[in-house]
Amino acid sequence: MRIVVAVKQVPDTAEVRIDEERGTLIREGIPSILNPFDAYALEEAFKWRDELGGTVIVVSMGPPQAEAVLREAVSMGADEAVLLSDRAFAGADTWATSHTLATAVEKIGDIDIVLTGKQAIDGDTAQTGPSIAASLDWPQITFVGKVRELTGKHIIAERYVEGGSEVIKSSLPVVVTVLKDANIPRLPSLKGKMKARKIEIPVWGKDDLELSEGEVGLDGSPTRVVSIATPEIFTDGQIHHGEPEELAKLMADSLLGTEVS
Amino acid sequence: MNYYISEELNDIKEICAEIAEKYIVPIRAELDEENRFPREIMKIMAESDLLGIYIPEEYGGSAEMFGGGSMALSVATEELSRACGGIAVSYAANALGAMPILISGSDEQKKKYLPDLASGAKLAAFALTEPEAGSDAGGVKTKAIKDGDHYVLNGTKQWITNGGEAQIYTVIALTDPSRGARGLSAFIVEEGTPGFSYGKKEDKMGIRASATRELIFEDCRIQEENLISREGYGFIVAMKTLNRSRPGVASQAVGIAQGALDEAAKYASERKQFGQRIDSFQGIQFMLADMATQVEAARALTYSVARMIDAGEKKYDKESAMAKVFASDVAMKVSTDAVQILGGYGYMKEYPVEKMMRDAKITQIYEGTNQIQRSVIASALIKETAARRK
Repeated sequence: MRIVVAVKQVPDTAEVRIDEERGTLIREGIPSILNPFDAYALEEAFKWRDELGGTVIVVSMGPPQAEAVLREAVSMGADEAVLLSDRAFAGADTWATSHTLATAVEKIGDIDIVLTGKQAIDGDTAQTGPSIAASLDWPQITFVGKVRELTGKHIIAERYVEGGSEVIKSSLPVVVTVLKDANIPRLPSLKGKMKARKIEIPVWGKDDLELSEGEVGLDGSPTRVVSIATPEIFTDGQIHHGEPEELAKLMADSLLGTEVS
Repeated sequence: MNYYISEELNDIKEICAEIAEKYIVPIRAELDEENRFPREIMKIMAESDLLGIYIPEEYGGSAEMFGGGSMALSVATEELSRACGGIAVSYAANALGAMPILISGSDEQKKKYLPDLASGAKLAAFALTEPEAGSDAGGVKTKAIKDGDHYVLNGTKQWITNGGEAQIYTVIALTDPSRGARGLSAFIVEEGTPGFSYGKKEDKMGIRASATRELIFEDCRIQEENLISREGYGFIVAMKTLNRSRPGVASQAVGIAQGALDEAAKYASERKQFGQRIDSFQGIQFMLADMATQVEAARALTYSVARMIDAGEKKYDKESAMAKVFASDVAMKVSTDAVQILGGYGYMKEYPVEKMMRDAKITQIYEGTNQIQRSVIASALIKETAARRK
């Protein structure tokens, strides 16, 4: 079984500030971590690799410092890692990102499954996984809470959807996005950490992937984020002063008036 | 304080800290309350490769990577103890059980037992103490009488850490009752051997997540190849084992003290009385300053001894006793002061410091009471002085 896990380096908190003029996140001063949902994708990959044998290759697209999350994935148990990094990749939307990742999956070759977390905690789009499948023209199973069965030929997985679950059987190769219900991610091991420190991680750019300017980064992105903002919080309280009896009556009338029962 | 430990040792520290934060802190109070052995956490430690850090690569471990294994064990035990002294001692006692094989075992014994201990497939325990043999190891009554190519064990071991949870036991027993301590020998006894059973499970004041149990031997026949070293060398094997493991107890004490200091400093920065944070009061400040200084001194001494052992020093009984005595006294003092700083809250089980205080106490008692340690230190000192006079 040859498994690619696509991971993303994200800012440590969902509460990063927003640069409203540029419509981007202010990342300065915020520590970067492995996207928490990707840890479940990694664990799922390790679990099946340990059972069936094979290789887990972890891939990320990002700036050179994104190498840190790849090393973290290796410390947890990934066998190989590839970083997709190129100035030309900057400004990519989900389409360009997944096209780049899909091209890397093809270059790695002979892959049975691509796993990713259900979404990244910074962009929250949940589009990259499905879009990798579209770009590769592979089937996809999204929001998987449990992989029931995996063989060299097929996968049976449960999608957790609103109000229930769907059991999907698919042929391989396939793209699967994983929920946190799927497993408990393992911690890094000592041997993993040693390996992570030593492993050479190849960096592939636009030319290595034989992609043109128009397919990657900002130029390859059909969508633009027009604006981004924090929703305003409305507080609608009133303050009344008076004797307890008056206030109680006021409150009772007000509740009756709004038909709260 | 920066001790400039290697990247590899730092890996151990990071992994233990992560295990402590994610798995130990959330359940330590529950394990303490229920007197329950942390099997699931031992499994996680095994999966993280922590159980083989003091065992040579040849036998499935990774001691060479950490420069010998003594610092490795110290770093791991300390970091785990910060969160729970009971879980940490289960970890450290496993190494203690393996130590007689590691130090004095034959190559066949090492090959047979160490790989399973390094991987965590099996756990070990060391069995010396008996009702009448505590500080006086010469009071051992358990007999191992030679019968053909077997030894027949009869007797009871008491207060054995990891008892009932371990699969491999290193047991000190009398092969020649007429010779006292010189008639002692060390053996390997596996769980399931006919005639070997578990007795009373102890209900302890502290380190309640650890298992402490009686081992009962009734005509328990073990093969002669399970003898460690030679007949009559049991006392030496036991002393070598304890000298080597004492920095582990010291590290446990340093960890407990650090954990208590962290809690006290955090609480003092949040708690307000008389309209200000209590860490703005000099009375509290001086307590915290003394606690921090004592913890650092205990750690420095402990690391120095562990590094001495890793450097290949043969004689370190005095230093090893010093680290154990000093660090355990610090743990008792600092954890007691932490309870004091937390005041009424410190006395309640909602906060972890009362447990730390209970856990700290045992470090002054086991693996040789602090009084015995002081005797060891004094007798070494007297010998050194006499040698200088010649």
